[in-house]
Amino acid sequence: MRIVFEKRKTLSRKAIFLVPLASFLISLLLTAMLLAIFNANPFITFAAMFKGAFGSWSNFTETLVKAIPLMLTGLGVLIAFRLKFWNIGAEGQLAFGGIAATWVALFWSPFLPSWMVLPAAIMIGMLAGAFWAGIPALLKVRLKVDEVLTTLMLNYVAILFAEHLYYGPWRDPKGFGFPGTPPFPEFAWLPRIAGRAHLGLIFALVLAVLIWFMFKRTRWGFELEVIGNNPSTAQTQGIKIAANIFMALLLAGALSGLAGVCEVTGISRRLQQGLTIGYGYTAIIVAWLAQLNPIAAIFVAVLIAALLVGGDQVQMMMKLPAAMGLVLQGMLLFPMLAGSLFTEYKLRIIRSKTAGPLSLARDN
Amino acid sequence: METKTPILEMKGITKRFPNVVANDHVDLELYPGEVLALLGENGAGKSSLMNVLAGLYRADEGEIFIRGKRVEINSPRDAMLLGIGMVHQNFMLVDTMTVAENIIMGMSDLPFIPDMEDVSKRIRELSKQYNLQVDPLSYIWQLSVGEQQRVEILKLIYRGAEILILDEPTAVLTPRESKELSGVIHHMTQEGKSAIFITHKMEEVITFSDWVRVLHKGRLVTVKKTRETHPQELARLMVGRDVLFRLEKKARNFGDVALELKDVRALDDKGLPALKGITLNIRSGEILGIAGVAGNGQTQLVEVLTGLRKTTGGTIRIFDEEKANKSPLEIINTGVSHIPADRIARGIAGDMSVANNLVMKCYRKPPLVKKGVLHPSRILDLAHRMIDLFRIDTPTPQTHAKFLSGGNIQKTILARELDACRGLLIAAYPSRGLDVGATEFVRNQMIAQSQAGTAILLISEDLEELVTVADKIAVLFEGRIMGIVPSSEADTEKLGMLMTGVKV
Amino acid sequence: MTELIASLLAITLRAGTSLIYATIGEIYTERSGILNLGVEGMMLMSAVTSFATVYYTANLFLAILVAMLVGGTLAGIHAFLSVSMRANQVVSGLSITLFGSGMASFLGQRLGPQSNSGYLVGLVGSKFEPIAIPLFSNLPVIGAVFKQDILTYFVYLLLPLAWFYLYRTRNGLNLRAVGENPQTADAMGINVAKVRYIYTILGGMLVGIGGAHLSLSYAPGWTENITGGRGWIVIALVIFSMWNPARAVWGAILFGGINAVQFRLQASGTTIPASYLNMLPYLATISVLVVLTWWETLSKRVGAPSALAKSYMREEK
Repeated sequence: MRIVFEKRKTLSRKAIFLVPLASFLISLLLTAMLLAIFNANPFITFAAMFKGAFGSWSNFTETLVKAIPLMLTGLGVLIAFRLKFWNIGAEGQLAFGGIAATWVALFWSPFLPSWMVLPAAIMIGMLAGAFWAGIPALLKVRLKVDEVLTTLMLNYVAILFAEHLYYGPWRDPKGFGFPGTPPFPEFAWLPRIAGRAHLGLIFALVLAVLIWFMFKRTRWGFELEVIGNNPSTAQTQGIKIAANIFMALLLAGALSGLAGVCEVTGISRRLQQGLTIGYGYTAIIVAWLAQLNPIAAIFVAVLIAALLVGGDQVQMMMKLPAAMGLVLQGMLLFPMLAGSLFTEYKLRIIRSKTAGPLSLARDN
Repeated sequence: METKTPILEMKGITKRFPNVVANDHVDLELYPGEVLALLGENGAGKSSLMNVLAGLYRADEGEIFIRGKRVEINSPRDAMLLGIGMVHQNFMLVDTMTVAENIIMGMSDLPFIPDMEDVSKRIRELSKQYNLQVDPLSYIWQLSVGEQQRVEILKLIYRGAEILILDEPTAVLTPRESKELSGVIHHMTQEGKSAIFITHKMEEVITFSDWVRVLHKGRLVTVKKTRETHPQELARLMVGRDVLFRLEKKARNFGDVALELKDVRALDDKGLPALKGITLNIRSGEILGIAGVAGNGQTQLVEVLTGLRKTTGGTIRIFDEEKANKSPLEIINTGVSHIPADRIARGIAGDMSVANNLVMKCYRKPPLVKKGVLHPSRILDLAHRMIDLFRIDTPTPQTHAKFLSGGNIQKTILARELDACRGLLIAAYPSRGLDVGATEFVRNQMIAQSQAGTAILLISEDLEELVTVADKIAVLFEGRIMGIVPSSEADTEKLGMLMTGVKV
Repeated sequence: MTELIASLLAITLRAGTSLIYATIGEIYTERSGILNLGVEGMMLMSAVTSFATVYYTANLFLAILVAMLVGGTLAGIHAFLSVSMRANQVVSGLSITLFGSGMASFLGQRLGPQSNSGYLVGLVGSKFEPIAIPLFSNLPVIGAVFKQDILTYFVYLLLPLAWFYLYRTRNGLNLRAVGENPQTADAMGINVAKVRYIYTILGGMLVGIGGAHLSLSYAPGWTENITGGRGWIVIALVIFSMWNPARAVWGAILFGGINAVQFRLQASGTTIPASYLNMLPYLATISVLVVLTWWETLSKRVGAPSALAKSYMREEK
């Protein structure tokens, strides 16, 4: 007897719906078991997590604070992933955007009317993110250099560069040795709309809709879809592949750059340690769980942010490790990854008896 | 010879793939010291039969006997242990490893730490014995194609193969290398080894083989002793029928020359000459058929015409303008449409909707797009119209294209390309793998298109299709045009001879 | 001057040991065609579990076994997802890292004794002590080479062995074939899926030892994020070594050495060039990657295993 995967004749609608749902339930179950092993009541814990993330207005706004950078980087990642460009450099693009925005906020005010500083910081930050994504994109389309590794390496370069700046030349002389730049002037602060949740939320929501529109309704998005789907067909239909991938990656980088801008101008209001705490990597999870759909990414980002914030709350209230949130995320992904096969394949069990004399099972 | 027991017998082998029966109860016998040629057109089932023997495919029915004993071949390893080795058309070699490493790779009786010096010594001995010169220490990527083939053959001999399967062995060789190969095969059979080779070249059948088996559409058509047959008979058997049916076509007046090729040359992916001076022209309203066994330059011809491949010489004039080495988009903009040979790999985007696939050529222009924004309802309208007109069987226009049947995928491509076509259509194997109804539909559409004044280049392996649809037929063999015959004068024997490289 | 070199060497060896284990592990994994970006998570998990083992049993040998088991199990999940379920290897590897770092952090606050309210942080267990080899350890400059713990001594053995196994044995030959050209390997009778499982799991075990070295020798004990991103450095080191286990030592020396130099610089009060120094290895890795790719178009001798991160399934139409 052997088990084979057989390609389905149609995409299983049921599987598209059931796999994420089942994955979610499985991950809850696994986490519950884990909690039970360590003598914590899973129900109370989950309830506390939920309350921690959504239980009050201030908790909810904190969830949004974490969701905003996940939304923006998630959008950046999903654009690249739709083109089968495995951009895992959102973290570095975010850092570089944050650095550039800091540069503008700290040093441009003598030359600009103060109302223009924030818009300039946003622009320059997005350009910086685009630049940081453009390097691996160019290396990929011109020289075929593997993007997984280059984007990953560039993360470190950007993060170390940021460190260098706030430990070194940009360090706040009045900061008592605290690693960080001086605070930004008030006109360079991104306005907050609820609690600490800032204007970045509006940016993210608008951009998600725009990107959805871009893919669904514009000529460029159409061309990107064809490229991501089947580059040979794109080539045959006269669509320019290299230029389009490069342009799309600039956009992806700009989005992650914007996430960095929002973090420094909206939350910390200075460049300091803690800018890069893994949003860029979690963004890949967001994009993947959202099945590369920009609208879904918004909701997934909130969900993931809720797990993070909920984890923190559980730590405070129940003395359970905050890492609970990360564990839950990981547990969520494994069944999801394993399950995605079922949308396109189905399992078939073949008994050797029913097959022809030559079709005995191969030892696998 | 017939009194000898066969070293290999295959009985009633049947191999089915989801949409096609590749082998339908095929029998095969091979005697020690003899060479068997498997002759047939593309898709006749030669390769799949041999893949069953080499353990890469599992047969659905049938039995295999080696030296009279029934055997089970479930993996390439089983086949090798039984002394069966295959030289695949795409060489099974690892570029970054040495010749010696490639030769011993995966061997089951290899010691844990192989003595490479000993291995090299044996390889040198064997290469001397069989006149297969190659340095065991050089890396595969440093070798020419001919040398790589020698490595493949050495690999099989080294592992003690008694039955060698060669899949189109001379397709990649220069004439001199082919001659050397024939010497090698001769030498091996004298030592009692046997060989099966898959081919479509008549000359090889005559010079190499003792026996010939002809396959047609998955079935064994005939078994002949090579010296008791002649090329004409084999050509006819390979093509599968004596008489071709013809449609009476109305005599038409053709327009100006739409496509003109002069001495066009191009290389294949390996950098070998694939087109060696193609000269032909097609007038508006005319259909030129290209006959020939796949792999003789058809792919490269289509690619240079559609901007997907650079030429290395000659001129391509489309509507009297030089179009060699222009981008695909420039060529599309002059009104050229293209039905690609591999419809799944190059023709559609499988995860996009049928509607989107239908507009993949005309999405650039109004009214479908305005200031870069697409107009979904107009796209949907157009898709509905095309689906009706071409009778594309799809649940909805939003269904992903990959879930359509082969015939409906081809109709989708046809609808898109004919709709966008402004004077020249390059169609590669447009009816391959389609059922009777779809085939007829595709052919009728092309005839209608030509009557509307389009010049069509039709590449096909189906002679009946060429004779029915085309006005003239050019036969492509090893990158050259062997001859151009008006389809009214074409018969299977003549075409079959030209296709197998015999001048008439 | 010689004193400086001697102290740099000592720090480099101590910092390099865990990197070399993990790099060799990941090289073996990638050689089979599987890209495992879960190294960081695997190292953290094995660091925390091996420390917990040592804390309760004081058995260093058992702790190493546990680390290998944990690393191997996580790698096994990755192998299952990417070989059997044909999942995207980038995403699957990242999930391992995400899960591993979360789980390690969780366990770090739960595996400890009641008296420490479950925390492992701040506890002391037994650790691998340096063993000085008489005479040799007193040599000038290179004396540090012979004043290491047993895991480092084992690295001296592992480097040539790992190289020999890959390039001189039957199994190494088959492994390289699978990573370069699975179709060919399959046709030559090698079980591609089996090879990929074996070396992904074996790689995970070596990564596990790398993680254990951190919590049992380099920085004995458990602290949150004890790896400090070493798991990612390993991914760079694999490229830097051009997938050759013997060259893993150079990368580890480069990264470890930069650490050491930075230590010195910090001690002398200069901080500015340190970040640039830290960037250097990553920029060097990118350059190596670009040169390798460019080189590969000229000759196919070098570069990443051709089938890296591509799933394989026999073509049956």
